[in-house]
Amino acid sequence: MKDSRIRGADIVIRSLIAENAKYIFGYPGGAIMPVYDALYDYEDQIQHILTRHEQGAIHAAQGYARVSGKVGVCMATSGPGATNLITGIADALIDSTPLVCITGQVASYLLGTDAFQETDVVGISMPATKWNIQVQRVEDIAPAIAKAFHIARSGRPGPVLIDITKNAQVALGEFNYVPCLNIRSYKPYPKVSDSDIDLAAELIDRAERPYLLYGQGVIIGKAEKELAAFLDKTGIPAACTLLGTGALSEEHPNYVGKLGMHGNYGPNLLTNKCDVLIAVGMRFDDRVTGDLTRYAKQAKVVHLELDSAEINKNVRCAAPVLGDCKISLAKLTEKVKPAKHDAWTAKFRELEAEEKRVVVGNDLLPTKDGLTMGEVIRHINEFKADDAILVTDVGQHQMVAWRYFEYKTTRTQVTSGGLGTMGFALPAALGAQLHDYNRQVICVVGDGGIQMTVQEFGTIMQTKAPVKVVLLNNNFLGMVRQWQQLFFDKRYSFTELENPDFQKIAEAYRFKSQKVEKRGDLREAVAEMFIHDGPYFLEVVVEKEDNVFPMIASGSSVEEVRLS
Amino acid sequence: MKRYTISVFTENFIGILSRITLIFTRRGINIDGFTASESREEGIYRITIEVTTSEEQIIQLAKQIDKIVDVIKAFYYLDDEMVFQEIALYKIPISSLDPGLEKVIRQHSARIISAEKEFVVIELTGHKEDTQQLLEVLKEFNVLEFVRSGRVAVAKPMETIDKYL
Ligand SMILES: Cc1ncc(C[n+]2csc(CCOP(=O)(O)OP(=O)(O)O)c2C)c(N)n1
Ligand SMILES: [Mg+2]
Repeated sequence: MKDSRIRGADIVIRSLIAENAKYIFGYPGGAIMPVYDALYDYEDQIQHILTRHEQGAIHAAQGYARVSGKVGVCMATSGPGATNLITGIADALIDSTPLVCITGQVASYLLGTDAFQETDVVGISMPATKWNIQVQRVEDIAPAIAKAFHIARSGRPGPVLIDITKNAQVALGEFNYVPCLNIRSYKPYPKVSDSDIDLAAELIDRAERPYLLYGQGVIIGKAEKELAAFLDKTGIPAACTLLGTGALSEEHPNYVGKLGMHGNYGPNLLTNKCDVLIAVGMRFDDRVTGDLTRYAKQAKVVHLELDSAEINKNVRCAAPVLGDCKISLAKLTEKVKPAKHDAWTAKFRELEAEEKRVVVGNDLLPTKDGLTMGEVIRHINEFKADDAILVTDVGQHQMVAWRYFEYKTTRTQVTSGGLGTMGFALPAALGAQLHDYNRQVICVVGDGGIQMTVQEFGTIMQTKAPVKVVLLNNNFLGMVRQWQQLFFDKRYSFTELENPDFQKIAEAYRFKSQKVEKRGDLREAVAEMFIHDGPYFLEVVVEKEDNVFPMIASGSSVEEVRLS
Repeated sequence: MKRYTISVFTENFIGILSRITLIFTRRGINIDGFTASESREEGIYRITIEVTTSEEQIIQLAKQIDKIVDVIKAFYYLDDEMVFQEIALYKIPISSLDPGLEKVIRQHSARIISAEKEFVVIELTGHKEDTQQLLEVLKEFNVLEFVRSGRVAVAKPMETIDKYL
């Protein structure tokens, strides 16, 4: 009789295929070599993307997961390979991104002996993963992967890690993949309670100045339609968090803007004027709330949230609605009375006009000589498709691009929100692009951040992913410089950069490229970037010392939002 | 600040203790006592953690523990919502064994659980105040070693873990 057993390494790949994983973002090394050897046989069923650094692999997996809504998969060897994943794991945890990370580990008998490239990866990654496990036996591989996918994508998604010892990879075992559908200790979807809905509906119906804040929970819960329907019926003005951006089209009549430190004027200021605050799939991050002791104290808070640990964590909630917001929003819409809040919404519009007059006009249509980040985004808006995806790095360019990019559909915004990881954008844009080669993916990045993962130009080159990289070069670690200017007496301690010729770097990686230094050349350059069929690098030299406004200084209240 | 007991029912999963203690470490909260054992249900472990903190913080701690994938349920209680005990062992040199010591043992309802050639081991089960008090008294008899367990506790509310399985 023929032996039906296969190597653990083959079981790893076949399990990933069974979970419909399309890509593995990874980097090989000694302890994961059997799996790489197995990969060789499955090239027609699953694609491996060789990045240039493990951090690139995990950020690419994150970018892929965020736009596709599927689990991103990445793989690395033991020791340094695995530790290079940690930043991305922490990023994915705080931004609720579903990831399965697979790391090779030294053979079981070497565990704990300080063997070559042995690191306690399960220990190191524990505080940054939703769940992790070490597998030492071939028969445990498939069940661990099945459990990992279930945990990563269900409930509030997050990163999981499976550390597989080398002996398990080379041992022979039967392959019989059983997807994991239930774990007795894990109930990811608490049932929405009707009494919670009743209480919330009552508060909303009685409200005179209700205000809704939506976060990424709406996107994760695929509740975009339910959110729009609720707003249509109730007439309640709505603002988004950084990661919730795009869950509601910015053309929706109830959309009033963005929240947070560099969000819009009205949406921040009026948080302290509403009487009922409805939070949907958001977690009252300190970048949104500012000083909590002066945050929405006058309002009764209704919180629609899947993760019970988020309810009452930062803000006292009068009417918690625990459960999947796709369900709770639909139930709530059915229950509430139709209403209009035109006079109240008009207040947002008034403040929007003031923000336009003081800030937006100068950002988008500057009259000074130097180019602004805002006008670059204005031209991007001119040429981009409605479903174009914007991937940003971290810093001033991130905030400016977020403020001015016109988001029309869901899953068009990819950025590192909770962790604020510089270096995120370039690899994440690659991952986003791989999800769909036909969508426009625009990567807006700063001169600081691009140098943190610049090696991923190589992966873009190799995959021919037609990413449009827009470098907004202010020759500074701009966001830090802005804080130094405003809060540290302009003492520009180590924030000015001596930069390389970025265009030459891009060209070395065979990107078509352009560098713009004058306003007169900008529009045409942006147009050419979009027309070009393939990866493109556009560097725009912008004003060195521009600041991002509005701004709520850290520790200040939302009502202290400044326009200048 | 009050004394709370967190009672955690969990799968017996490698690393679960680290995952739970990390929740305290991250917030800079000290664990006053910690015990773990199998529960009534085979395969389900019960961890009892004693901690002094605020009500706001204890709610967060319990929720964060509950959120761990392999945790079935975490409850928290004030002292008067639980029946609890701790066990303490005192090692005393045989030379101290005299009628005075025997009287102390009787008065505290403690007992000698082992008598060796050079020492005796006294055991007392009770609340921390009781075992501490005995320690103070025994100091004049030369305590060679002292050890006290974390608390084991059962809750007064009649809710059981069955409903979460
Ligand atoms: C890995 C990492 N290190 C440091 C920081 C702190 N930080 C936040 S924004 C920023 C400056 C970013 O500079 P640049 O990429 O040029 O973007 P700009 O603000 O100039 O647009 C720094 C250093 C960070 N967010 N991430
Ligand atoms: Mg910069």
